[in-house]
Amino acid sequence: MAHAAHAETAYVPPAEVPDVELYHPKTFLGKYIWCQDAKVIAIQYAITATAIGLVALVLSWLMRLQLGFPESFSFIDESSYYQFITMHGMIMVIYLLTALFLGGFGNYLIPLMVGARDMVFPYVNMLSYWVYLAAVLVLVASFFAPGGPTGAGWTLYPPQAILQGTPGSGWGIILMLASLALFIIGFTMGGLNYVVTVLQARTRGMTLLRMPLTVWGIFVATILALLAFPALFVGSVMMMLDRLLGTSFFMPAIVEMGERLQYNGGSPLLFQHLFWFFGHPEVYIVALPAFGIVSDLISTHARRNIFGYRMMVWAIVAIGGLSFIVWAHHMYVSGMNPYFGFFFATTTLIIAVPTALKVYNWVLTLWRGNIHLTLPMLFSLAFIITFVNGGITGLFLGNVVVDVPLSDTMFVVAHFHMVMGVAPILVIFGAIYHWYPLITGRMLNEAMGRFHFWVTFLGAYAIYLPMHYLGFLGVPRRYYEMGETMFVPESAHFLNAGMSVVALIVGFAQMVFLFNLAWSAFKGREAGRNPWRATTLEWQTHESPPGHGNWGPALPVVYRWAYAYGVPGAAQDFVPQNLPPDRVATAADVDHEGVRGVAVQPAE
Amino acid sequence: MPAPAMSPGARPRRSRVRVSRVLAVVVAGLLGGAAEASAHVSGSAAAAPGLIYLIVVGATIVLSLIAGAYFIGQTLTEKPWLPVPGKVVHLHDGRASSLPSATLGLRVFLAVVAVVFSLLVAAYAERMAFPDWRPLPEPWLLWPNTAVLILSSIALQWARVSARRGQDEGAKLGLLAGGVFAFAFLAGQLLAWQQLRATGYFAAANPANSFFYLITALHGLHLLGGLVAWGLTTAKLWRGVEVFRVQASVELCAVYWHFLLVVWVVLFGLLLIT
Repeated sequence: MAHAAHAETAYVPPAEVPDVELYHPKTFLGKYIWCQDAKVIAIQYAITATAIGLVALVLSWLMRLQLGFPESFSFIDESSYYQFITMHGMIMVIYLLTALFLGGFGNYLIPLMVGARDMVFPYVNMLSYWVYLAAVLVLVASFFAPGGPTGAGWTLYPPQAILQGTPGSGWGIILMLASLALFIIGFTMGGLNYVVTVLQARTRGMTLLRMPLTVWGIFVATILALLAFPALFVGSVMMMLDRLLGTSFFMPAIVEMGERLQYNGGSPLLFQHLFWFFGHPEVYIVALPAFGIVSDLISTHARRNIFGYRMMVWAIVAIGGLSFIVWAHHMYVSGMNPYFGFFFATTTLIIAVPTALKVYNWVLTLWRGNIHLTLPMLFSLAFIITFVNGGITGLFLGNVVVDVPLSDTMFVVAHFHMVMGVAPILVIFGAIYHWYPLITGRMLNEAMGRFHFWVTFLGAYAIYLPMHYLGFLGVPRRYYEMGETMFVPESAHFLNAGMSVVALIVGFAQMVFLFNLAWSAFKGREAGRNPWRATTLEWQTHESPPGHGNWGPALPVVYRWAYAYGVPGAAQDFVPQNLPPDRVATAADVDHEGVRGVAVQPAE
Repeated sequence: MPAPAMSPGARPRRSRVRVSRVLAVVVAGLLGGAAEASAHVSGSAAAAPGLIYLIVVGATIVLSLIAGAYFIGQTLTEKPWLPVPGKVVHLHDGRASSLPSATLGLRVFLAVVAVVFSLLVAAYAERMAFPDWRPLPEPWLLWPNTAVLILSSIALQWARVSARRGQDEGAKLGLLAGGVFAFAFLAGQLLAWQQLRATGYFAAANPANSFFYLITALHGLHLLGGLVAWGLTTAKLWRGVEVFRVQASVELCAVYWHFLLVVWVVLFGLLLIT
């Protein structure tokens, strides 16, 4: 690496990038379909993830209908209910959240925010999307396969996942495992790009600690994903062999329908370890980009530098590291040795420390900030509240003695939906309202946005707060219907019905949001350049929305960190990262010479 | 004359020492916790060795993440919110390492592959602890296969050195020999499978057999993937592309081959000692 010293006022030549390195599309197909531009790939990822996410949303309605109004719907039976659960969970966690945060936001924002023209391996990046699409198509195919999709639960625990009593044990589970393997291969291609781009393709002056926290979050989450997904890959391949070749990696000696199967001596626990060795980092693969993005949203919309930036970076790295040694807290009831339980409970509680640091820093950023209650800010505030809620129930469940009675109740469902369902989705919404003007050049409709926000936010609480209560009552999760029980009072059924109605309403609000996305692309208010007056590089591009190659003739040069809001003495309340120091207008300039406006002109 | 920009190593000397000491304590604590747990459970839980191994894999990842983040080039002790001292604009060229991006990309990929095989080893260790584990006799063919893989690696190293020196012939011969040996290795592995099947050691007969087939197959598939890159590079060289243009590709192939050789030696050793 090279460091060069320049006098503060000296002209610094931008880094020269040979033009031949860039990929130039020649045809329509090359520009929009087989495209190697990270921005287009990001949109492709986002559209695909949203489309499959819509399927998962509909599945959740069907589940809620069954839970709220049991024995009312002829098209939902036990088998289909389990298939809904499985596919809803798998799609939401992997095919929507992971793909949207890393494939969508990662692809769009990393090159722009670090000042690169594109990802370092554009061709591999394109392949990544097409393999992801193949994975999604294989997954969708399982809905139409004989026997339907697998109903093994999203954790796919063997032995039941591949035994005949489980719905979709024929084609469903095979397609599921194949789809996962494909997803992981595709993700690895993309992940290599994100990591190497952040490390190698930053523009001049962009030190690691000048990167916006969004990039930090996506960067560390990608490293986690690269190291965690192999566990799921190995598990999928081994289960596939168990299913297809009759090996016994995970399958113990077992009797099925009165008949002894050929399986012998496999270890179902081994799969659980492999699955959660992936599964727990997966929580942070989703959470870290959300942490990063929300930091930037809060800072920009409260016009205040992020509190404790360096601490935030360290916390992201520490959370990322610790997330690899907490996985067995998902397995307290698996008959684990108590000493292991103790070890994992300890690490689980330790991970709350850096996480709490981040929450404090967000709140301290808001403290005495100039808070604009824009849509991104509303979603960010909602995220902080929701994340604290879900995080605290996580501390309950991290303790073995509390987890054991609550395990397999609705409390767990409520906990993880709050912390890794609702919270990251709120950030995704906030991020879309924030960056939509950058991508399309138009603002999203404000009225529809506010409707979407309030219904989603209040609705999520109307669904999940009562669900915690149901969990305390002892209502078990994964049950197709409750029936008559001693411990579940009649009122719980009313609660369930109410939650289902709210779930449908919240779902409707998402339709409004999707309509808003489509409508505003054509009819939205023109955004102009940098409508949020943000400092980060993606808003300072040569043309807006950013064109092919992002930066016009010369790459930007970075002179400061991403959080120069409210700098003392500066005329504007924000100073873009690439504005040379000698062009920052001071308050004195404005008062005496009237040069207001100079400060926001980026260096050409 | 402005003061020179401080190099990252020089500035926060004291804080770096302190941070690394804290890191060391944390790590020792974590490892100690794991070791203590294992001391308590040894003999009581059949699943312990695999689980401990898995914890070790996890802890290694934790360590490498933290260490990697800390030593990544620019230290993480920079204070970006302060005005740069001495009226100097600290202009970094934006690269964390002087390696070409493709080399770094390959290394990241190798780290991922290493995790895949580590997890397989962990699973193997866990499964081995069960009483019904019946190890299979390693076919003798694995020894010559290993030798062939070593030769393949040597040949590619030769190609790599020749390419660096701009020697067209050496690069061509090295690549060709490396590829031929690699194909010979794959054929040998298939023959070894044949040997095993002929003597009744089918994949589904016993977990030890299943693991053997799975491990060799995954390793073979990775080599096959390498052979695609090898084919592209060799074809370029044969079409008369100048050697310095394919030098980077030859380097990558050689590194990948050495890595797969190391993986194979570890896996083979694991099969031998069990």
